[in-house]
Amino acid sequence: MSDIAIRAENLSKQYHIGARMANKTLREALASTFRAPMRWLEPKSKSGENTFWALDNVSFEIKHGEAIGIIGRNGAGKSTLLKILSRITKPTRGRVDLYGRVGSLLEVGTGFHTELTGRENIFLNGAILGMSRREIERKFDEIVDFAEIEKFLDTPAKHYSSGMYMRLAFAVAAHLEPEILVVDEVLAVGDVDFQKKSLGKMEDITKKGRAVLFVSHNIGAIMNLCKRGLLLDKGKLLKEGMIEDVVESYLDQGVNLFGEQLIDEKTPGASSSKFAFSAIRVLNSKGQSSNQLALGEDIHVQIEFVVKNPIRGANVAFHLWNHSGICVMTSTDVDDAPQKISALREAGTYVATCVIPAIFFKGGIYSFGVSASIPNIEVLANLPAVVNFNVVDLGSVEAKLPQNRQGVINPVIAWDITKG
Amino acid sequence: MENIPASSPVSLPPSEAHLSIEPPRGWAALELRELWLYRELLFFLAWRDIKLRYKQTALGAAWAILQPLLTMVIFSVIFGQLAKLPSDGIPYPIFTYAALLPWQLFSFALTNSSNSLINSQNLISKVYFPRLIIPLASTLAGLMDFAIAFLVLLGLMVYYHITPTMAILYLPLFLILALLSALAVGVWLSALSVEYRDVRYIVPFLTQFWMYATPIAYPSSLIPENWRLLYGLNPMTGVVEGFRWALLGIQTSGGSMILVSAAVVVVMFISGLYYFRRMENNFADVI
Repeated sequence: MSDIAIRAENLSKQYHIGARMANKTLREALASTFRAPMRWLEPKSKSGENTFWALDNVSFEIKHGEAIGIIGRNGAGKSTLLKILSRITKPTRGRVDLYGRVGSLLEVGTGFHTELTGRENIFLNGAILGMSRREIERKFDEIVDFAEIEKFLDTPAKHYSSGMYMRLAFAVAAHLEPEILVVDEVLAVGDVDFQKKSLGKMEDITKKGRAVLFVSHNIGAIMNLCKRGLLLDKGKLLKEGMIEDVVESYLDQGVNLFGEQLIDEKTPGASSSKFAFSAIRVLNSKGQSSNQLALGEDIHVQIEFVVKNPIRGANVAFHLWNHSGICVMTSTDVDDAPQKISALREAGTYVATCVIPAIFFKGGIYSFGVSASIPNIEVLANLPAVVNFNVVDLGSVEAKLPQNRQGVINPVIAWDITKG
Repeated sequence: MENIPASSPVSLPPSEAHLSIEPPRGWAALELRELWLYRELLFFLAWRDIKLRYKQTALGAAWAILQPLLTMVIFSVIFGQLAKLPSDGIPYPIFTYAALLPWQLFSFALTNSSNSLINSQNLISKVYFPRLIIPLASTLAGLMDFAIAFLVLLGLMVYYHITPTMAILYLPLFLILALLSALAVGVWLSALSVEYRDVRYIVPFLTQFWMYATPIAYPSSLIPENWRLLYGLNPMTGVVEGFRWALLGIQTSGGSMILVSAAVVVVMFISGLYYFRRMENNFADVI
């Protein structure tokens, strides 16, 4: 018996877009039945124009005891792959062989019902995840302990705080003991302490010799848990190998792709009679425009604009927003020297560049907005959220700066500790 | 090489558990063995449905009694008193109640199972288990109401001094026939509902029409002799006739009608299962 846990060969999955919808009502289906009797009983035809391949010829092998991280941008095919491995949907082509009992965790709390009590939900959710009644009974105390909800066991879940709810849901799932575990983005629940506990539990599972497939946007967590990785892009397997190399390829993917936003003058807010933005770029420390930047590196911002008629007293500013919609900072190109404020800007093309020190960033998604104005007189142009970029926590820094530390920025500042 | 469910409740050593996932090809086998392995989930889902049925209602499980009881009162007044429909020599209230009992089980199970897949979208797109569990569980959930309403029937029998004969031993058979009838239609409709949401709107009309096509408010003896076999194509005719015969000792107009009913159910049920299995592979993508 080989030690292979999962073998996927030429796995492909095709989805239909729009086309299926054309036949959505019974009336049309009945009408087409008269044209081609019995055809409506068949699953819809496999070929068609409005289709795309969510997975395209993906092959890989995973051994028992191995933890694999699957990374890729949204729409890369990660979820489709997990759905096939968990038997929720079937592949269009290719095959997968699974050697061992599979447990999949695509969502925390599937089947939870708010009207049921904590105790009832544990049994229901356990059964849905594939645990037997005896198994659940055996692990019941452990689950309750892990979730820290003893006192509320007989309270309907609708009275739970969202934290308690998530803790309980994760606790049930974490006690599933399959030989192959498929996990989608479920660790981002609960408070920081609970997240640590969950990550620890995941590590335990890996160490017990199980095969784990793990999808997360938290690259730090993936690097912590997994030795190997798969990088998916547009349904294709782009890279397979050591997790560090795969993460590097993932970061490189962003280079020159989205870090640059050229702006059409006709975009609402992009221009006025005197002024127009023409491009915004986010550059990494190597000077490449990129929308994937590593946590801990300085970020360079480049704003290109055209002054059509000479203006006096104007400034160009950027606004940095984090994913919760908080404006982290605003800076204008005249901040650093008061004499610039009243300077005359001749007609022509300009490039304004600045560096935002790494201390301003925590891991996560940010967006830039730009504006130009003559303060208190005129707004020349205003573009909120022109460029989005992702500051990726590679794990090395995370140890020092937990992602969920409170606060908007993450500066490492010097401390002097003296003993009194 | 053997197919075993991904998360079967039976723990197998790794070397023995092997599962292949391949593209669907044509009509699939029913995999009843796999269904059996998931019986605990079936139980839990049915239990959940029962548990949640009367949550946040002031009267709670009393509804299980009130629904058939109130219908019986209305029928007795309108069809029994005003329209003076015959009731085969039995007091009209219990005559109609004995029919309402399986009918309400049937119509509840039919409605519940037809809509069950749509109501479980979240489960279907997040976890694997044989999808047949869903309409099955929602059919079984009707049994609790049935059991409660059955107690009322026993009360009525005492009140009207009706002593059951040995025929009552056949009652479970008719109960199963009622459940199978609901399931046969429910399996078809639930599989269709994934793609055609029209089902949700069809079901209320279907059950209403069906009720009048079933001898609930009237005895089947009203139907002309030569139409009886055709009438028996409605499986609920057989069920209702069977209930009245087993409980009240009313002579039915012939076992052949019941046999036709049973045959119709079996054909519909098995074809429904195959259709369901065939469409199952697409549920998560389409729902």
